[in-house]
Amino acid sequence: MHSNPAQYDLIAPTTLEAVLDILASEPGHYTPLAGGTEIMVALGAGRLPRKPLVSLQHLDELRFIEVLDSEITIGARTTFTDIRRDAVIATDFPLLNLAASWTGSVANQNRGTIGGNIVNGSPAADSPPALLVYDAVLTLISTRGTRLMPYGDFHLGYKKTALAPDELVHSITLQRDFKDYIPYIRKVGTRNAQAISKVAIAALARMNNGTVEDIRIGAASLRDRPTRLPATESVLQNQALTVETLGPLLEKARAALRRETLPIDDIRSTARYRSAVAGNLLEEFLRTLVAV
Amino acid sequence: MTTITFTVNNESRTIEAPPMKRLLDVLREDLHLTGAKEGCGEGECGSCSVLMNGELVNSCLVSALQAEGAAITTIEGIAVGQKLHPIQQCFLEKGGAQCGICTPGMILATHHLLEKYPQPTLLQIQEGLAGNLCRCTGYTRIFDAVQAAANQPGKP
Repeated sequence: MHSNPAQYDLIAPTTLEAVLDILASEPGHYTPLAGGTEIMVALGAGRLPRKPLVSLQHLDELRFIEVLDSEITIGARTTFTDIRRDAVIATDFPLLNLAASWTGSVANQNRGTIGGNIVNGSPAADSPPALLVYDAVLTLISTRGTRLMPYGDFHLGYKKTALAPDELVHSITLQRDFKDYIPYIRKVGTRNAQAISKVAIAALARMNNGTVEDIRIGAASLRDRPTRLPATESVLQNQALTVETLGPLLEKARAALRRETLPIDDIRSTARYRSAVAGNLLEEFLRTLVAV
Repeated sequence: MTTITFTVNNESRTIEAPPMKRLLDVLREDLHLTGAKEGCGEGECGSCSVLMNGELVNSCLVSALQAEGAAITTIEGIAVGQKLHPIQQCFLEKGGAQCGICTPGMILATHHLLEKYPQPTLLQIQEGLAGNLCRCTGYTRIFDAVQAAANQPGKP
């Protein structure tokens, strides 16, 4: 069932201040609309809540990538195409660059924004696992001011976030601290392009003489929200990784992963498949770390 | 209803439409430009592809008001007068079109691709067209057409 677009109002203010005033005037009354790659699909499918929308299209002040020596900040309205084109993201944050490269198609990447991707809160979204392992920090903004929030605190449940009804995500900040880390990312879907993930893992590890000094594992489609896997990480933390220890460690890590995830059966896959493949991805990652 | 002014194929157009009406429907119903097709209506198939300020977009996912002030190019604006654009000519010659539903989107995606990569590798072609589904050709002839177009003078 298509929705009738005539039943939806949409306004397109030209300044951030005007948008925030509108959101504050009646918190929760308006749905912010950025690139439309999710909301327009919901409209077409007849599942867009019947609320007026406010377009963020003209907010150029939210479309930027600011590079400092120690950190980068990405405006919420930055598109996936912008992210793919950025040389610093490509070198310092390869997991984000790759996640952007397989977020939908070229046409979707030209419209879809990083802010929209995280606010939408899908557990299957491509960029969140990468942002989680990089310990991203969000700047949230409203007429009440700005506040910082670790991205790890943002997702509260299935499509539920900590964003207040009068707030927008302003930007996402990443520390440039990951040059010594070995990156791993893999998305498993029905085809390489376009498909929404059945399961995905993004991970980083810093090795020292064969020992895991620091490991971070982010996952999509394994819980009701994008998530880190802290129990699996702690099994591996400070462990010597050799051809001999890999087998037993892997067994423990797979068990921890099974305990801390709750994959579901849905239109794209089954819980059993997701669980098995997540373990396989973990194994693939750990094998790249042996003898580093 | 909102008054929306934008440029379509180098011509300024003004329409009255609900602001959330899809650009695809504005093009087809209000402007009678039926080259852009609806396939899936959810940004998966690329049949409704148009260029918006030079960027490839799915017109089924753009609201009319978000196209305000934009320069839109549809398949109707690609030919040069009565003469086919070199990309169209290559699709014709290489058998890159069969039923034709995906073809307008394929040609606009090719146009966008060749702006970015004038001499694309096969992988770049495959990625550039990954958002455009074709159920007839098996893609090989489409890739041949794109490669032939890349070698034409006067493109994209």
